[in-house]
Amino acid sequence: MIVSGRAVVIREDNIDTDVLYPGAYLNITDVEEMTKYLFDGYDPSLRDQLGGDTILVVGRNFGAGSSREHVPQAMRASGIRALVGESFARIFYRNCINLGLPAFWSAEAAATAEPGSTVEIDTAGTITVDGRAFDTPPLPEFMQDLLERGGLEDWVRAQVTRT
Amino acid sequence: MPFTLTEKILRAHADDPDTVVPGSVVMVRCDLVMANDVSGPMAFRAMEKMGAERVFDPERVVIIPDHFIPAKDAKSASLQKLLRDWSEAQGVTFYEQGRGGIEHAVLVEDGWVVPGSVIAGGDSHTCTLGALGAFGTGLGSTDVAACLATGMFWQAVPGTIQVELTGGCGPFVTGKDIILAVIGELGAAGGTNQVLEFVGPGAEALSIDERLAVANMAVEAGSETGFFPADETTAAYLEGRTDTPWTAGRTDDGAELTARIEIDLGSLKPLVSLPHSPANVVPVEDAVGRRIDQAYIGNCGNGTMTDLRQAAEIFRGRKLAPGVRAIIVPATQRIYREAMSEGLLDVFVEAGAMVSTPTCGACFGGGTGILAAGEAAITTTNRNFRGRMGSPEAEVYLANAWVAAAAAVAGEIVDPAEIAETVAA
Repeated sequence: MIVSGRAVVIREDNIDTDVLYPGAYLNITDVEEMTKYLFDGYDPSLRDQLGGDTILVVGRNFGAGSSREHVPQAMRASGIRALVGESFARIFYRNCINLGLPAFWSAEAAATAEPGSTVEIDTAGTITVDGRAFDTPPLPEFMQDLLERGGLEDWVRAQVTRT
Repeated sequence: MPFTLTEKILRAHADDPDTVVPGSVVMVRCDLVMANDVSGPMAFRAMEKMGAERVFDPERVVIIPDHFIPAKDAKSASLQKLLRDWSEAQGVTFYEQGRGGIEHAVLVEDGWVVPGSVIAGGDSHTCTLGALGAFGTGLGSTDVAACLATGMFWQAVPGTIQVELTGGCGPFVTGKDIILAVIGELGAAGGTNQVLEFVGPGAEALSIDERLAVANMAVEAGSETGFFPADETTAAYLEGRTDTPWTAGRTDDGAELTARIEIDLGSLKPLVSLPHSPANVVPVEDAVGRRIDQAYIGNCGNGTMTDLRQAAEIFRGRKLAPGVRAIIVPATQRIYREAMSEGLLDVFVEAGAMVSTPTCGACFGGGTGILAAGEAAITTTNRNFRGRMGSPEAEVYLANAWVAAAAAVAGEIVDPAEIAETVAA
């Protein structure tokens, strides 16, 4: 699976889910409405940079903190196609994969990308930034499968239908 | 072959135990699934899209509204109503507002958690359940939906960081300081893909309340969960709370550990996390003199009787500093009543503090104690991220209940020993 797009960059490390989507808006269940508050506690102007082809490039321990799925839900609905980061916090990372939103670990690729860079992710294990290729550890088969299905919902649906 | 306790628990909850090797992804069976008014509504919707009409086992699902309670607006009320209606239709346990409290504290108190069990919770602080030796882990709504539908979640088998505690805590040093010390050492991501396992004589000497405080913040080091292998203290706590059979487990000698940390509890001082990260840990003396507007004592890990008694000891016969407010949040209704019968609530109100019903409330910026720009709070909660309790221009300091209560009396952060030494009226 290949995902490509244009980089929007957040360099700072340890960006937590509270600044990505403040707690006051956690009673929102409509995904379109969630998109209005994405990045609200960090830099709301980032919302204007998102298009249908955004690859969000981030630093270390991105998505630390809360289990709030509002963050990747709003990211997906705002046209973020994938994330490339030095590293991700556990629950945020799970949430991305579960929603079929690829999130790949590569410190080199993340450090190389500039705002507007062309980023291409081959989920088999390569990230290309403006023509420079970087290796990324291949995902376990199960997670590859989730991404190809567009997320965990489809995987469970297959299980539920089978039984 | 020697195994870590985590590996043993996961092996007992996997279809094929031999697939449980570090780094591999396995499907894990849940003994219990929990969701709240933030994670639940999205999980129910995802479960529907998965084509599952009924939960895998109504006896193993607990729904607890606790985040926006009592409802702050009609939108929040509608989520709570949805939880109530859905729970009734599914035949699962539902804790009505005013009959339970904050989810993790309720699960522990009501005997839902036994050592060695796997508990999937739609809240990152599900790691709190590790206080009883359970693999409690926080998940997002789609994960919770999969658990509701199938009773399973996927899990990359984590490594183990063993934290050996020796000695005993000195005056004004608590479970909160132990976990802040660990987070300060590991950093905000140092426990990623790891479980924190607390062992040694210092761990065994801790009460369940102190263990709750420690386990509660394992996620702030990035860990999957943090736990205390069950011992006599655990057994005594569970006596009369549950009929669910359980066995105590330990990490085998020779099992492969990612790291081992030793902490001499006798050397610990009260600690404070400075804004805006729980990992930004300093001794209280380095934070002395920082002005505060609000103290907040309570939450899922630090709204225990132990915390309330510590706060009351400081507040008894003393008044809050002029211009300073304090909010006390017992974690459950049962704790609330116990504090009432001990006379603690009277001490709080007499000192000029507010006593809240159990709620997540201001701990996550949901309501009931939001901060204005330029304000500072000292709290016994678990996160001080920018904007966590309201304005992004507010500051939050994390500390134990002694330190938080002492700051409320002084109007600024002080060593609690100084307040305790002054003569109360």
